[in-house]
Amino acid sequence: MQAENAKKEIITLDYGSGGEKTSRLIESMILPAFDNPALRVLGDGAVLKGGERLVFSADSFVVTPWRFPGGDIGKLCVCGTVNDVCMAGGRPEYLSLSFIIEEGFPAEDLETIISSIAREAQKAGVSIVTGDTKVVERGKGDGIYINTAGIGIQRAEIPGRSAICRGDAVILSGSAGCHGAAVMMARAGLLGDDVLRSDCRSLEELSRAVLENGTVRIMRDPTRGGVATTLNEFTEGMPFSIELTEEWIPVEPAVEAACELLGLDPLYCACEGRLLAVVAQEDADAVVEALRALEGGEGAARIGTVTEIHPGKVFLKTRLGGIRFLPKLSGQQLPRIC
Amino acid sequence: MRYDAVFRNPGNAEQVIRQMADRLTGRDPVRLMEICGTHTMAIARTGLRSLLPERVKLLSGPGCPVCVTPAGVMDEILELSSRPGIRIASYGDLLRVPGSTPGDCLLRRKAMGALTEAVYSPMDAIALAELNPEEEVVFLGVGFETTAPGTAACIREAARKGLRNFSVLCLLKQTEPALRALIEAPDFHVDGFLCPGHVAAITGAEAFRFLLEEYGLPAVISGFEAGDLLYSVSELIRMVSEGRPELKNEYIRLVKPRGNELAKKGAEMVFEPCCSLWRGIGELPEGGLAIRREYEAWDAAHKFGLSLRAGRELPGCCCGEVIRGGKNPWECPLFGKRCTPSDPVGPCMVSGEGACAAAWRYRLWENGD
Amino acid sequence: MCLALPMKIKRMDGTLAVGEAAGITREIRVDYLEHVQEGDYVMVHAGFAIEKMTEEEALENIKLLEELKDAL
Repeated sequence: MQAENAKKEIITLDYGSGGEKTSRLIESMILPAFDNPALRVLGDGAVLKGGERLVFSADSFVVTPWRFPGGDIGKLCVCGTVNDVCMAGGRPEYLSLSFIIEEGFPAEDLETIISSIAREAQKAGVSIVTGDTKVVERGKGDGIYINTAGIGIQRAEIPGRSAICRGDAVILSGSAGCHGAAVMMARAGLLGDDVLRSDCRSLEELSRAVLENGTVRIMRDPTRGGVATTLNEFTEGMPFSIELTEEWIPVEPAVEAACELLGLDPLYCACEGRLLAVVAQEDADAVVEALRALEGGEGAARIGTVTEIHPGKVFLKTRLGGIRFLPKLSGQQLPRIC
Repeated sequence: MRYDAVFRNPGNAEQVIRQMADRLTGRDPVRLMEICGTHTMAIARTGLRSLLPERVKLLSGPGCPVCVTPAGVMDEILELSSRPGIRIASYGDLLRVPGSTPGDCLLRRKAMGALTEAVYSPMDAIALAELNPEEEVVFLGVGFETTAPGTAACIREAARKGLRNFSVLCLLKQTEPALRALIEAPDFHVDGFLCPGHVAAITGAEAFRFLLEEYGLPAVISGFEAGDLLYSVSELIRMVSEGRPELKNEYIRLVKPRGNELAKKGAEMVFEPCCSLWRGIGELPEGGLAIRREYEAWDAAHKFGLSLRAGRELPGCCCGEVIRGGKNPWECPLFGKRCTPSDPVGPCMVSGEGACAAAWRYRLWENGD
Repeated sequence: MCLALPMKIKRMDGTLAVGEAAGITREIRVDYLEHVQEGDYVMVHAGFAIEKMTEEEALENIKLLEELKDAL
């Protein structure tokens, strides 16, 4: 494929058929971007060196539009799975990468996405070792869907929510809701690329810093449903609750403005480059300080405390001094006018 | 202008609340009603209810235009959405509201193939019509006086452009007739009104004077920040405890005595008062707005033969009483059981500003209401 | 049904304007405001500016709220 022609080419059904066009796609676009020994073999599966205990996670990515302020679906599909492995205490090593592309998708856009994937994989220190490409008829796919599955070597045993106790500190590694707000902004015809960008990033470094500086009960990245929904996953059915203090929660002014305009709540907007950690009280300051010293963690803050009133719930102490309960999000947030 | 920081952080909430409690010692509980869905949400979001003295009851009245839209109207909208070639453009709030059949809503119809899109502004709907000339775009025009001028401008723009594939289903409501119906109802028991600040920005503060002069009721026109709400509720308590009703404008940074004349005229050019069915209140002779004859070509009710009838209320559903302030959301037998945000029976649970949705989101029954 | 946000007018072009809040911008309509210009603050609801806000009016409103403090 000549470089120039590739720009004007679109992905057709032939590219997914497994025949000659598929080989050309792999050889000209995919292999050069991700070259590594395991992938070069081009076997049906990758043979890898493992460890005693492995962490394994998978995720699919269907974001529309595929490009948004601060990133694209390529960056997202690497970070999403890398982050899940990190949150479970793994050091991410290998990723699988599967595309489902809609007929007519511009090859140029696919190249952009592949470059993003390669760049992000390199930053996170992971190798893309296996994958698949399918092409579906026009109208049967929303441009492009991507699935990634990731394997990591366990580096820390994280006990989970059963270890959470009263007095523990809740830490958020940066301002809330940037990704969700950025995507909604792109969809609603708001402009503000320079002030509102997705927070999408790999949490490998930040999660390591948390594990090295404190006793961690649980860690999770607040993706769908945002900070509030994720914290409910910690408290649901348990004898403790989480109290957040409104003044302590970092929210960027641009996110606040975009959310107000559209009738959204930053605490329920997805983050793709933030981590929520519950750590022992005495370690809170050290963890926050360690995060703030790292790229992507500058806005880290302690946002709340584990308590025993209203067990099972998440609630907010408002600026006014009142209480506001934060239940799980039921369904997607829709822009409101009312 | 970071002034909003001041309005958000009044800083003296504790003392103000204590003063409220002092004023009400030995008195019967005071019932205050707000009639604006945005006030419902703002009050819940600031946690104000959890701070108010026990003797102050804050009721949510018919302030959510979606909640007062009858089930039958939703049924017609849903049927319209499934007709081929129709694209519905709507504010997000309407997308989950069921009609007479629980579970049937615009979002579900969309999943079954209907063309439905959430828009932020009526002008976005016009853009959709221009982008899709082979489709008929219908904009669902809900709202009160705040929204009427913008909706009017949208219709006039469609007329100016000669857009043939665009129409508005006018579901706009007027605040005053509903307030009068509420007050004149036999079971009315409200001591004062928190009046909607953005409706007042259009109509003018004086539009609410009838509450004082004809009914002797205290009324405060309030903004939406914590400081605004705290002040407004505090003033209403003072008026009630002193037995001295007034009409007070707290939202002076935005609301003028006569409001926005240009906006009012803009709405008058396109709309005229009409008889309108309000869920929970009934038929009000001038309760709604209809599109004037000269703009008939952009009137979706006319274009598609919609009658905007009442429909069936679902058994057990207390939306009507909740809207009127007669029942708290959690007193409805369906609340939290058959009727939840993910599976709503009535609009009060679905609409972002419905009293039941707010009660659910903010767990209001747990605040000892 | 009154969700609205204060925005600053960045650019004007007849009935169209660009409103800005904390760096976020959106096209808005100013059909219903006479004498509005760049730099003014307006309250925006459903893409329409419904009223203008001046610094003095804001300060007066702040003073009003502070009455409460004095009365305590």
